[in-house]
Amino acid sequence: MRASLSVIVVLLALAAVPLAADARSDAKKHVEFGVAVAQKGLWREAILQWERAAEIDPTYAAAQNNLAIAYEHEGDLGKARAAYEKALAIEPNNSYIKQNYELFKEINDRTTRKDGQ
Amino acid sequence: MTARLARTGSSLVAVLLLAACTNYYEIPIETPIRPKLDVSGFQRVLVAGFISGGTDDVDSNLETTRLLRSQLRTKSDLRVIDADVLPLMDVATEGQNTGTGVVGTPAPIKEEKDLEPYERLFANVEYWKKIGEEYQQPLIVTGTIMFTPQQRNSIVQREVEQYDSFGRRRVTPTRTYVERKGFALRPKFVFIDGRTGTVMHSERFAEEILYNANQTTPALSSYFELMDRLIPSFLNTLSSQKIKGTRVLLQ
Repeated sequence: MRASLSVIVVLLALAAVPLAADARSDAKKHVEFGVAVAQKGLWREAILQWERAAEIDPTYAAAQNNLAIAYEHEGDLGKARAAYEKALAIEPNNSYIKQNYELFKEINDRTTRKDGQ
Repeated sequence: MTARLARTGSSLVAVLLLAACTNYYEIPIETPIRPKLDVSGFQRVLVAGFISGGTDDVDSNLETTRLLRSQLRTKSDLRVIDADVLPLMDVATEGQNTGTGVVGTPAPIKEEKDLEPYERLFANVEYWKKIGEEYQQPLIVTGTIMFTPQQRNSIVQREVEQYDSFGRRRVTPTRTYVERKGFALRPKFVFIDGRTGTVMHSERFAEEILYNANQTTPALSSYFELMDRLIPSFLNTLSSQKIKGTRVLLQ
């Protein structure tokens, strides 16, 4: 009985690896397509693609980073900040994401600065 | 030796593999920024003038009024009223009897704290309402400007290249005393509703520029350089702006 349980656990664990890999490769396709359409200026379509990618694989930092950029381009700074923060939570040492976020913060700070009147 | 070579080779392969896996694309973006203030109720804007202080080399009241008017003319939908700059210093001084202006004899404005007694002028609802009626109830832009000379002396560390008697190059960190001069610009923009005379919004900025002490830069060109940095934020208070930039998309 115990032996058969162990076999089931091992099989489940082995099955999970290709599932995760499948999720990433599915998400990657959406991210790639999003990049292609964003380069043509079709930002709304890019947002749909990257949102789908983030849904399929919530641990995919590139999808969150690209979403953040697209939200920034659309002027939705609240959503952009949230997406950058998610991307950095996944990959805190990614220098590209850090650089994008710093540039975003510069703009965001400019829009929120006032002296209390 | 072979082991070291193998290690170096494998590190190089690892770096190349990482670079190959990380696909990135630089992309230009334009971030639209919504205006901070809803000015849809106004058709006109009056840049009334400023209480200014600091250096005498630049009339920062007059220059700021001119500059903001010309920027608003080209970059906002509001019609800019051409009028004489209001004598706000005199108004503030006269207001001392009614408790709305400077209390006592106003001192020359040389430092930021000298501006404080004049701040009450912006809360003088009756005065601004009267100005509003005179100019068909526009949005009124006023405030304070401090443009002051700055001097900073500090010790900085520099790398100095030296050659010894055998011609060998050596770089030694050397501490040097540096004198720097420049200007600081600290404006406070106050936006007043010409229909009611009340303050709608106010915003402070601070910018500074320093040059090497042996460099001679006219005060006026420093003033414009500093104002150039502030103008986008000032305009963004009244009208939507697009900020251009570049970001990196990842795959």
